[in-house]
Amino acid sequence: MTKLEYKTIERVAGPLVFVKETHPVGYGELVEVNVHGETKLGQVLETAQDFVVVQLFEGTSGVDKDASVKFLGEPLTVKLDENIKGRVLSGIGRPLDKGPQLTGKKFDIGGAAINPFSRQFPNNFIQTGISSIDMMTTLIRGQKLPIFSGSGLPHNDIALQIARQAKVVGEKTDFLVVFAAMGITNEEALKFQRSFEESGAIENAVLFINKADDPSVERLVTPRMALTTAEYFAFEKGAHVLVIFTDLTNYCESLREIGAAREEIPGRRGYPGYMYTDLAQLYERAGLVKGRKGSVTQIPILTMPGDDKTHPIPDLTGYITEGQVVIGRELHRKNIYPPIDVLPSLSRLMGPGTGEGKTRDDHKKVSDQCYALYAEGRDMRGLVAIVGEEALSERDRRKLHFAKLFEEKFLQQGLDEDRSFDKTMDIAWDLLRSIPREELTKIDDKLKDKYY
Amino acid sequence: MVKKESEGRIVRVSGPVVEATGLIVRMSDIVRVGNEKLMGEVIKIEANSFIIQVYEDTTGIRPGEPVHNTGKPLAVELGPGLLGSIYDGIQRPLQSLEKEMGHFIKRGVDAEGIDHSKKWKFTPTVKKGQTLKEGAIIGEVQEFNFIHKVQLAPGQSGKLKDISSGSFTVIDKIGELEDGTELKLAHFQPVRKPRAFTAKLAPSIPLVTGQRVYDVFFPVAKGGVAALPGPFGAGKTVTQQAIAKWSDADIVVYVGCGERGNEMTEVLTEFPHLVDPKTGKPMMERTILIANTSNMPVAAREASVYVGMTLAEYYRDMGYNVALMADSTSRWAEAMREISSRLEEMPGEEGYPAYLSTKLANFYERAGRVTTQNGQEGSVTVIGAVSPAGGDFSEPVTQNTLRVAKCFWALDAKLAEKRHYWSINWLNSYSLYHESLRDWYVENIDKKWPEKVKKLMTVLQEEDSLMEIVQLVGSDSLPESQQLTLEIARLIREELLQQNAFHEVDKFCPLTKANALIDLVFFFEKVACDALAKNVPVREIIASKTKYKIATVKTTEDYTKLHKQVMKEMEEEMKELENKFA
Repeated sequence: MTKLEYKTIERVAGPLVFVKETHPVGYGELVEVNVHGETKLGQVLETAQDFVVVQLFEGTSGVDKDASVKFLGEPLTVKLDENIKGRVLSGIGRPLDKGPQLTGKKFDIGGAAINPFSRQFPNNFIQTGISSIDMMTTLIRGQKLPIFSGSGLPHNDIALQIARQAKVVGEKTDFLVVFAAMGITNEEALKFQRSFEESGAIENAVLFINKADDPSVERLVTPRMALTTAEYFAFEKGAHVLVIFTDLTNYCESLREIGAAREEIPGRRGYPGYMYTDLAQLYERAGLVKGRKGSVTQIPILTMPGDDKTHPIPDLTGYITEGQVVIGRELHRKNIYPPIDVLPSLSRLMGPGTGEGKTRDDHKKVSDQCYALYAEGRDMRGLVAIVGEEALSERDRRKLHFAKLFEEKFLQQGLDEDRSFDKTMDIAWDLLRSIPREELTKIDDKLKDKYY
Repeated sequence: MVKKESEGRIVRVSGPVVEATGLIVRMSDIVRVGNEKLMGEVIKIEANSFIIQVYEDTTGIRPGEPVHNTGKPLAVELGPGLLGSIYDGIQRPLQSLEKEMGHFIKRGVDAEGIDHSKKWKFTPTVKKGQTLKEGAIIGEVQEFNFIHKVQLAPGQSGKLKDISSGSFTVIDKIGELEDGTELKLAHFQPVRKPRAFTAKLAPSIPLVTGQRVYDVFFPVAKGGVAALPGPFGAGKTVTQQAIAKWSDADIVVYVGCGERGNEMTEVLTEFPHLVDPKTGKPMMERTILIANTSNMPVAAREASVYVGMTLAEYYRDMGYNVALMADSTSRWAEAMREISSRLEEMPGEEGYPAYLSTKLANFYERAGRVTTQNGQEGSVTVIGAVSPAGGDFSEPVTQNTLRVAKCFWALDAKLAEKRHYWSINWLNSYSLYHESLRDWYVENIDKKWPEKVKKLMTVLQEEDSLMEIVQLVGSDSLPESQQLTLEIARLIREELLQQNAFHEVDKFCPLTKANALIDLVFFFEKVACDALAKNVPVREIIASKTKYKIATVKTTEDYTKLHKQVMKEMEEEMKELENKFA
């Protein structure tokens, strides 16, 4: 493979470098740009006979027309072996801890699509130790379940808590967390690192951290690094891997930035028209493959600009992912942690992944019953504001009370409180007992005999 | 006819768009790109070069690599063996791809659309010396439960010189025309050109879906077009899947266009175990699945809906009723937008190409009930899911679809959040087929059907306007008759509109049963009104226990006896109340 160096940069715009008079360069090839002894990595975005467009992951700051450009003849890869466990890395896989450079086999971070025919349908759960997720929007192995949050809400605390507590119950399989942070502040990065190290969770985790002041293009690589790592452990080593992304909104901003720099025709709100495809290429890497033991599960976290669910980022995400967990600002204001609003939240794969032998026989029914009672109880609040609590019937007042208890006893839990599934269900039944047995219409008598 | 292959050179690569030169090509020709011979289609011709959209990942492809022209447009192979298959967007069987390249989709692999080694027992239905026209049926092959009628391919016609019966593969010669044309079980058909037919027929027969809200309130005709727009989580895919499972179409072509991988897997694992209520055979034997998930190449996504349509038309031409489910057409439109933007075309609304509406209209116009070239009657019904950005129905894909679709099933996220399924908004949705289907319903279901449906709708509309008042002053302050109307509307919503797709019995509701349920609701209304007229207070009527038995009728398979009994009980209950307050 020719690894010729060129000093033929013609134009630099944003993160893009236009190089002319090169040998035929492959689309998507990795590029090294050498600026006064410093090496920057990039990727070929467009290649033609007379010019090549290169996108630099680490920004173009300092690049001049004298910089030399080297084409490496292969796409961006990450080196993987067991030693990556416990490492803290930058957004493009350079060590941020005191450890050595990565070693092992090279993997193309682009990742190939799983043949839909080769997929195995996800049908078992991951316990997060958070009641509202475990019972109401159960996380299933192989699922992509995003957290829709807003700025100022404690989504990162929830993410860390999940990362610390998540486990597969009743199976002796390796469990690994791959944590990819995109565009987070230095302060947050420190907090993440400390949280993993102090709890010991780092042993079975890999952290990729792209900070807010790192070049934004690097953000486009970070999740792909993380997913390639996850796939390696899931499909080569047979582990169940949970990938957590925070914050995908920053990723999409970078996507828009590159699109603008390439002078592309923008789609909705300036985001590129291919954002759906691009996001799908990340999210669809979750799943299970027939005949292989492991699984890749994703929790992408995104902050909805202005808490607007119809903004392109949550909107396109919702169309690809299998449900969503919504963080409620109102609950947060009431000091409920974790402030997960179960009403707009949904886990689409919950049906086949729960129930007897997986979670518990009464799981689905109790979840439905709590959902209905809580929804009605919340509706009552609107009414109470107008007519006062005295005007309610006895039955409605019970629902109103249930909603309050549900928030205070069920949703509310400590930052380090790791609830077992039985414990979660016990709390739910405690609350349900405040309602007369015959009003629990969604639960059949057999289960009521057993648990009520 | 086919031009001699020659070699061209790549000059530019930008994602799925490749520019090449040095080759004579026609628009829509299929070309092989690069050393790995990736499949692509010519989408633009310029002074000295042409543009190709490539159906596979182009990473590593360089300028200077060769390009070959196949001289043919994108085509599918039509013949016995299509049913039960699972394809990607360009008719490559996913099973073969798995064999060739493992669990992950790699590139540069060719796979035949139908099995070339399997033998089929062919029985000719024509004789030597007969003069045959294009599309004529020349014989039959048994494909699962279906008689697969072998037709003369487009462009073939003339006097039959020879035909034989026996066991053949799809590429064996089964006969010959006088002009020397060899006849085979299979032939190729370009996907972007509609298959020819003799005449379009009026949409006068409904596609019975077994789902009350569609069959009763917003029916779609066989050969019709229904648009199914809805924000995420409103139940588009579940609806599509339910119709694929329970509708009375003979054959279902399900195109998963740019959707979730796990969802397709669900279909793939579920369908082989489902039983077709009409035939008792596995559901998969009447189904063709096309799965081009969101992370598979975008150009193949663009092609997938045309591939699906062509397969549907092929079975239509055998005289079958085919339902084509496209989930989701928005992803198809986005694929067009992506390609268009790479071509640096002048964008229309929201970045979509200006030809979006033409493309959508041309596609949907391929639906229809027709007299085929061989004199049969067949139909293709299209049900297109639309995923409007932000759930906003004013966006271009929804609006352009509505211009051609006569059935609008508006999914509503609020209803879904209330767990009201099917979450079809009954006030926003419409069907323009009511008139043309009227005679069918009157003849086959009930003489009073049209009036009944109208009355149901009136009650629901009345409820809507009454609710505005209720929200201000509460329902107690309404006149008693209106309070009763609200109760009837509630029954219509909960007992007729709502249907449980996962309930053993309720998942499929025949029209006669829907009619019986409507009768029950109206019967309750009648006895309730009578009671009201005899001074029974409305709250007593609303507290009625017998009306809840409608739900029991709904979930009972053999409901006729129970139906009568419930009517009797309703009557008795009201009589009792009347006596009490007399």
